Amino acid sequence: MHNKTIAELAAGLRAGEFTSEELTRAFIERIKAHDDRLNSYITVTEEQALAQAREADQRIAAGTAGPLTGVPLAHKDIFCTDGVRTSCASKMLDPFIAPYDATVVRKFREAGAVMLGKTNMDEFAMGSSNETSFYGPVKNPWDLGAVPGGSSGGSAAAVAARLAPGATGTDTGGSIRQPAALCGITGLKPTYGRVSRYGMIAFASSLDQAGPMARTAEDCALMLGAMAGFDERDSTCAEQLVDDYICGLNNDLKGLRIGLPKEYFGEGLDAEVAGAVEAAVDEYKKLGAEVVEISLPNTNLAVPTYYVVAPAECSSNLSRMDGVRFGYRCEEPKDLEDLYKRSRGEGFGPEVKRRIMVGAYALSSGYYDAYYLKAQKLRHLISDDFKKAFEQVDVIMGPTAPTPAFNLGEKKDDPVAMYLADIYTIAVNLAGLPGISVPCGFVGKRPVGLQIIGNYFDEARLLNVAHKYQQATDWHLRTPEGF
Amino acid sequence: MEWEVVIGCEIHTQLATKSKIFSGAATAYGAEPNTQACAVDLGLPGVLPVLNKEAVRMAVMFGLAVDAEIGRRSVFARKNYFYPDLPKGYQISQFELPIVGKGQLAIELEGGESKTIGITRAHLEEDAGKSLHEDFHGMTGIDLNRAGTPLLEIVSEPDMRSGAEASAYMRKIHSIVTYLGICDGNLQEGSFRCDVNVSIRPKGQEAFGTRAEIKNLNSFRFVEKAVEYEVERQIAIIESGGKVVQETRLFDADKGETRSMRSKEEANDYRYFPDPDLLPVVVEEDFIEALRKTLPELPDAKKDRFIEQFGLPAYDAGFLTSSRGIADYFEQVVEASGAEAKLCANWVMGDLSAALNREDKTIEQSPVSAEMLAGMLKRIVDNTISGKIAKEVFEAMWSGEGDADAVIEKKGLKQITDSGAIEAVIDEVIANNAQQVENYRSAEPDKRGKMIGFFVGQVMKATGGKANPGQVNQLLKSKLEG
Repeated sequence: MHNKTIAELAAGLRAGEFTSEELTRAFIERIKAHDDRLNSYITVTEEQALAQAREADQRIAAGTAGPLTGVPLAHKDIFCTDGVRTSCASKMLDPFIAPYDATVVRKFREAGAVMLGKTNMDEFAMGSSNETSFYGPVKNPWDLGAVPGGSSGGSAAAVAARLAPGATGTDTGGSIRQPAALCGITGLKPTYGRVSRYGMIAFASSLDQAGPMARTAEDCALMLGAMAGFDERDSTCAEQLVDDYICGLNNDLKGLRIGLPKEYFGEGLDAEVAGAVEAAVDEYKKLGAEVVEISLPNTNLAVPTYYVVAPAECSSNLSRMDGVRFGYRCEEPKDLEDLYKRSRGEGFGPEVKRRIMVGAYALSSGYYDAYYLKAQKLRHLISDDFKKAFEQVDVIMGPTAPTPAFNLGEKKDDPVAMYLADIYTIAVNLAGLPGISVPCGFVGKRPVGLQIIGNYFDEARLLNVAHKYQQATDWHLRTPEGF
Repeated sequence: MEWEVVIGCEIHTQLATKSKIFSGAATAYGAEPNTQACAVDLGLPGVLPVLNKEAVRMAVMFGLAVDAEIGRRSVFARKNYFYPDLPKGYQISQFELPIVGKGQLAIELEGGESKTIGITRAHLEEDAGKSLHEDFHGMTGIDLNRAGTPLLEIVSEPDMRSGAEASAYMRKIHSIVTYLGICDGNLQEGSFRCDVNVSIRPKGQEAFGTRAEIKNLNSFRFVEKAVEYEVERQIAIIESGGKVVQETRLFDADKGETRSMRSKEEANDYRYFPDPDLLPVVVEEDFIEALRKTLPELPDAKKDRFIEQFGLPAYDAGFLTSSRGIADYFEQVVEASGAEAKLCANWVMGDLSAALNREDKTIEQSPVSAEMLAGMLKRIVDNTISGKIAKEVFEAMWSGEGDADAVIEKKGLKQITDSGAIEAVIDEVIANNAQQVENYRSAEPDKRGKMIGFFVGQVMKATGGKANPGQVNQLLKSKLEG
């Protein structure tokens, strides 16, 4: 059962091959049996899951089920879940039980999906290796000595290891696509504004976007259909109709114009990763696509720009974690200042502190123009690069990450090396575009991801392009040994 | 040396929206602590602000009323600082691009001349909660009911030159925002409060002196007093060779003095930046023009109309239009009583205002409604009561004894206009005061005018003040001289 895709599970549930309760129980058993090796879940919500599953079975029996009714899924622990700990993998929020559901969580609940639990992640989504979690690192199921990527590393590892058929993730600079690539699954970061951010604990508000992580593009399409849409609680959410992501999945790719940015194939790219990506592009040629070399000249500015914008926003977003109303509070504070300093000093991990300090610095008077304003200008230049490119091509392809999964601990003490793991994904967030990572090969035991970037609100096309490739290849069907 | 005082004001007006500026929670005053604070106001992880359009409408109304440039594209920014009653660790405000730009208004100075005061800008922001230091045994309680209440902060140019001008400016803004109905104007509840920046410079010097900011003044009188104290303090410092420190000061109303709260050296760097959770506010021309058409008659225009339409002196018209409530009340009295406007004005400005002041009530809280006052004035006009008796009637109405007719009836205050009855009393008075009658009759005619007062007083005393004074005068004259 656990090897089936979401689409197959949904069909099985409707055909009465198994009940949601049986299915949910099976996944809970698998989590119990295997997750101590991976650490992909922070919280498993067994009781609620079984209750939701029984409810879903009633809906299925009553004929009122939707496409996701009864399907078990996991949520990244960044989404607020009513009555369930929502920690953001931080000591700061370890005691925090959210009193409400995030819009994404509510939508899945209303669709009848079953929540298995909350997945591990980098603390406050700040990291590319899932090593900054207060609950310990997540291991890559393909190689337990390797990182799963981050920040949605728990979701990626859980899906890859069949501990959930699908999971939600969030992507601020690559946090869905990079772990999807490193764990050999499919992960989509939608256009900024496509999915509501309400109830998703903010890291960098102008970049954060929630998206689906699953084994196939078809499953991502099913999940995105449930997640996307306008939400009056999020002013930055787009008032734009949601496409039917399923009906176009099999559209012919003949004449599809693929842009290959030369900047994505230069220095720093692992040769074997490059080889896998090039082979994938060849596969697209066979499917009738045309390939055009393009240039995104400001690519090298993306990482520095991001590391001003994202920390600046996070320094302010994380101010509410002050030990006053919820979350961690230090013991026996002497006075107000002591309460703030120690609660935050003890509650946040080193990477979060680093970013808060960088961000506060970039916003401080006298530096604002040189850093924050300058970064905003560069952001426009980066967006313009993509705008020009999309006048020429339908999608842009390249590697999702410059290397396959690195070893646990390898980059932990070198933040700059860690930041470069997102070199191909960050520009997409700065421009607000959608991007998907699709498995396209291996380097040794470790998977490689192909990134496909689309124009604004062109998720349907991205899913179609990814799905056609998955019809022609089987990288996405491989299972890590031991799971 | 002769000193010139330079004053600029920042006025925080609480906008009269039903719900908060970024959440759906109610804004009503006086609820149990933390019962009007939702997840957004509490700043829980994951929540997002959504702008209340009504606040934008009100801000634009204000802009139009002071002839200001309307920010066609304004931007909300975060002002970052830590404080327990600031749940998010930042206040959402407007910084570089406010909704209302440069404007102006006129204030009236003593002696009747008017002066133009520049408005620098007005911007929308959310209020913080309240820290409660009492009743918590050495700890601090936090009430977030007020957190997220919409404020319009109105910043003036440093155009005022005295406490009286600052106070007149504050009154003028108060009357404009209450006329527009965008603020309830309640000073006690903190719906309208003023920060005053005060500095002095030698007369003729262009450069500004170092200023002190006096925070949170919630009375027109306090503004004047605080400025006066502050000016004297600064003059004393400079004249004794010292330097004024740039700082924030509080006004102690009991002692009538200002004292230091914190100096600017300790001030925060607020690290303002555009709030990425909110889109820029774009105000379209159509929207502005439609709003312009809904603007009510404003204080200056109403004053001119009162002078013209009612023939009132400028002073009266100014007084009666100082608040929309008083102006509306006055017009209702005129209409319902049919009495002369000047009589209505005298009562509104006289006995009614005195009673309101005495009990610290606003016109809206007056126990004597416009209709009741009009009812009483009708009885003056139709000679049922005299102006003097009316004062007694008014006090009775004020203390809840019913409308004028009921009071007149119950207390038997109806004026005696029956000549026979008055004559009988006069005859008695003449009989009992033979000496005074003799004196009167032997006096020169031009002295008699004063002397008749004695007899009038006796008659009024005997009738409990109810005799019609005109009739008494007339009858007395004919009897004494006859």
